[in-house]
Amino acid sequence: MILVELRKLIRRPRTWLTIGLLTALPTIVAIFLATTKVAPRPGEGPAFLSAVLANGALYPAAALGIVLPIFLPVAVAVIAGDSVAGEASAGTLRYLVCRPVGRTRLLVAKLVSVIVFVLLAVVVVAGVGYLVGTQLFGSGPLSSTSGTSLSTTQATLRTILAVGYVGFSMLGVAAVAMFLSTVTDSALGAALGALALLVTSQVLVLLDAAASVRPYLPTRYWLAFVDLFRDPVLWRDVGRGFALQAVYVAVFLAAAWANFATKDVAS
Amino acid sequence: MMAPDVTLAIATTGLSKRFGAVLAVDAVDLAVPTGARYGFLGPNGSGKTTTLRMLLGLVFASGGSIEVLGQPMPRQARSVLAQVGALVEGPAAYGHLCGRANLELMDAAGPGAPRRTRRARIDAALERVGLDAVGRRPVKAYSLGMRQRLGLAAALLRAPRLLILDEPTNGLDPQGIHEVRELLLELNYGGTTIFLSSHLLAEVEALCTTVGVVDRGRLVVQDELAALRRLTGNVVVGTPDAERALALLDGRLAHREADRIWVQADDPARLNAELVAAGVRVADLRAERRSLEDVVLAVTTHGSDRIAGGTRIAGSTR
Repeated sequence: MILVELRKLIRRPRTWLTIGLLTALPTIVAIFLATTKVAPRPGEGPAFLSAVLANGALYPAAALGIVLPIFLPVAVAVIAGDSVAGEASAGTLRYLVCRPVGRTRLLVAKLVSVIVFVLLAVVVVAGVGYLVGTQLFGSGPLSSTSGTSLSTTQATLRTILAVGYVGFSMLGVAAVAMFLSTVTDSALGAALGALALLVTSQVLVLLDAAASVRPYLPTRYWLAFVDLFRDPVLWRDVGRGFALQAVYVAVFLAAAWANFATKDVAS
Repeated sequence: MMAPDVTLAIATTGLSKRFGAVLAVDAVDLAVPTGARYGFLGPNGSGKTTTLRMLLGLVFASGGSIEVLGQPMPRQARSVLAQVGALVEGPAAYGHLCGRANLELMDAAGPGAPRRTRRARIDAALERVGLDAVGRRPVKAYSLGMRQRLGLAAALLRAPRLLILDEPTNGLDPQGIHEVRELLLELNYGGTTIFLSSHLLAEVEALCTTVGVVDRGRLVVQDELAALRRLTGNVVVGTPDAERALALLDGRLAHREADRIWVQADDPARLNAELVAAGVRVADLRAERRSLEDVVLAVTTHGSDRIAGGTRIAGSTR
């Protein structure tokens, strides 16, 4: 069943369109930077952008920083929100369930397919970021955001870690969207629900009055991947972000399973 | 009623489903004999589809038990449903893929479908439903009839022992309806039990051996079609000499419409001899049977899609 879901993912034009759009944004940003040579001042704008003019090899991390706040979570919410609700509204869910595909099995396959999509998207964004970055800015001497120099191996390793962290950060969104996808038959409704949670979280993160709940907000530690490029690596927020996402994933997947396994398929 | 020793492909006892305050299915005892062609009839909203969905493990029953192919549902869904082909409330497919790719995905998704034979099984199923030459166009470009045929092909893919079909001829033209009927008969002669839900009385009458009728969630009739269509005790006579026949049959006449008369008689052959001996020309003569429509109208109320509060439409009989 997992293979079937992956085949569906791969054969779906929407998958590639989404990934194409995700890579287009950092590419456009890179072109503007390369032609104007006007970099945002350090500490302003998306992470790393001030540094990439000097060194294109940092552009994968910059590209992740560009798509992370809005574009990537929107794409993940749309794909994950569609996972069960999309089948329900197309009518194929009833044929899958009486094929028979066990409901737990179906949900696991959907989850794997969403994870593969997230990883694919993040890896493609980082990969294209590297190509675009090194082509447009050239690769100069590598340095961390703390100013010390990094070897190529270190930079590569940290980029891979960042890709993994950003990918994992998206799984919380995916789990929420998948849960809502089992609740409603509307893929759009599920995606919007997950996005509403994210927007709320992002607003509250910036609100000092909400400081008491800040550590539990799903988007709180998203940008902690930047810490992976400090020297020495600042693990604290990365670790917390990882743990927090794991809790969100566990809770919402359990809810999704409990709901879907006992639900009447009436679509 | 059905003899109790017949093996049953579908058996439910006290099957019920409650949606909030509404009892959609109320203590239904289905008995579908193995090898039968069972017609499941009822007005819209009478609980046909909910019952069918419970048989397939899509909807969970609120009460009662279900056995399909001798095994409890939904507990044994994995082994039972692998031997069942289904068409539920219209076909569904991934619109951006071609019909063949859809069948491949569905086949690969569940148990009981060896990959080795997949291509041959898909070819055979597509040919059976008349879609073998459809090519690679995506399903979103299919007509309603083609989608219906693809849905049937999906149901036939693994040579199921039981076919559960909801309105299988929906969207088909008369030629297509005829083809589907022939196909279902052929499968049934090959040993497949057919459970067909429909509100088309003519379709059920032409195809089925056994009939169940639901009304407002309750199973109100379940019997063999031949038993339901029993003789009314009248003989219908068509004759150009109606007046002479009337004089002859004084007192036995039930009804007359122009040169067609309904006569109370047990033996059509003797009546025919009597008429001919008296010089009445007989154009046609047959023993009258109850139609399925009479049976169904006698036991059902109108469907839930009828909202009007007044009396029934003039001219309709009850």
